[in-house]
Amino acid sequence: MNALYSLVFVFALVLIPLIGVGAAKLNVFFGICIPSTALLVFLAGFVCKIYGWAKRPVPFRIPTTGGQQEPYDTTLFTQNKWDNPSTGPQTVVRMLLEVLCFRSLFRNTAVKLDVKNNVVAYASAKWLWLFAILFHYSFFIIVARHMRLFLAKVPMPLEWLEFGDGIMQIGIPRMYMSDVLILVGLLFLLGRRLVDPKIRYISLVNDYFPLFLIIGIALSGVYMRYFAKVDVIAIKDMVVSLTQLKFKVPAGIDNSFYVHLFLVSTLLFYFPFSKLMHLGGVFLSPTRNLPNDTRIRHHENPWNDKSIMPHSYAAYEDDFRAPMFEAGLPLEKLPEGAEEEAKA
Amino acid sequence: MKLYNGGSILTGLVIFLGLVTFPLWFNAGSKAYSQPEVKLPAKEKECIESKEFMRKEHMQLLNEWRDWALREGKRTFVNSKGKEYTISLQNTCMKCHDNKAEFCDKCHNDQAVSPYCWDCHIQPEGLKK
Repeated sequence: MNALYSLVFVFALVLIPLIGVGAAKLNVFFGICIPSTALLVFLAGFVCKIYGWAKRPVPFRIPTTGGQQEPYDTTLFTQNKWDNPSTGPQTVVRMLLEVLCFRSLFRNTAVKLDVKNNVVAYASAKWLWLFAILFHYSFFIIVARHMRLFLAKVPMPLEWLEFGDGIMQIGIPRMYMSDVLILVGLLFLLGRRLVDPKIRYISLVNDYFPLFLIIGIALSGVYMRYFAKVDVIAIKDMVVSLTQLKFKVPAGIDNSFYVHLFLVSTLLFYFPFSKLMHLGGVFLSPTRNLPNDTRIRHHENPWNDKSIMPHSYAAYEDDFRAPMFEAGLPLEKLPEGAEEEAKA
Repeated sequence: MKLYNGGSILTGLVIFLGLVTFPLWFNAGSKAYSQPEVKLPAKEKECIESKEFMRKEHMQLLNEWRDWALREGKRTFVNSKGKEYTISLQNTCMKCHDNKAEFCDKCHNDQAVSPYCWDCHIQPEGLKK
């Protein structure tokens, strides 16, 4: 049901600009007002979210590690530096592997029945990693490639990207590999939630909704490029003048563009308040970005009151020696004159 | 309110905001954008199909022309009005659109697309600009 709600919701989102632009002719509203508001909400929401996280103190090292930590005796064991880092640079490498290569997804396992040996065991399950990385990198390339429609003068590297993405020269307009791969990735990520009963049970609307939304964005983009062949010159005119704060809405832009734009705006609105914030959050996850030096460095609680000094037992006894002696409590050091008194 | 590791977090945040708003400050330097204007042929007023069709489908048409001419040996194209044309980029298209720089390149460069026509075709001599 959660999947169905999300799907119906995305359909409704597609209908809004279709009616708004197609019937009500609200081109300025859907072409300029909504996207700019969405961008502002995205930026402000993102900053607020990061600020909120940055306020949270992380007084202790709490990395989740896999592998040998820096050993006391280096001749006995070798440290697994990237899974169990103990210094800053090692942690940077660990974070890079996490952010760029999705290392923790690569370690994904699944419980499986090994029919041959008749045992239930954990086995490596790389599919999630593979399709996740396809999806994320395709999305990144697509966003970067879109810059050719945002920049008045397109820098050379973006031209290479456009060329490389279509290098297979399949069809006209040239098929972009990233267009195919993002859909393959998305459909796997969606399929896995629908097919596996365990994952279906824990999947919520806010798991399905971003998937359907991004599928909608990708499909509307594919439709615009390969089927409707929308007027990209007019679209670029609109987009670039928007970034230069000279608002104009040229005529002759196909409605499918407004659908695409509205879905992207929805994504931007939704982004800071959803699980998609893992874009920023991955860098701030304390189980990943901290070195495992709990027993190497002295960690002090950062909000300790500096005016409260440590108070040893010896000092405590100094404070209360006389009454303690009077009460007959055992003392490490007797009060002055007590010994003579006892002898006498 | 105290931030923990504020320095590195703020640096990351500033880099991110810079990347997201890249088009804004990149375009701020360049002059106001206007749609590229192609130079239309002076002598001929009608293309082989309507202007709207050519705007949308010229790449498709050229691709089909290539397949027909080079793979099937078919050298005659009949347009929607029944008029016949010789299938040839250099002899038919470029007869009227005789300046690649002033016609093809205008939009293609603006949109950063690189059609692979000129991997095989040579621009007619004297028209290279």
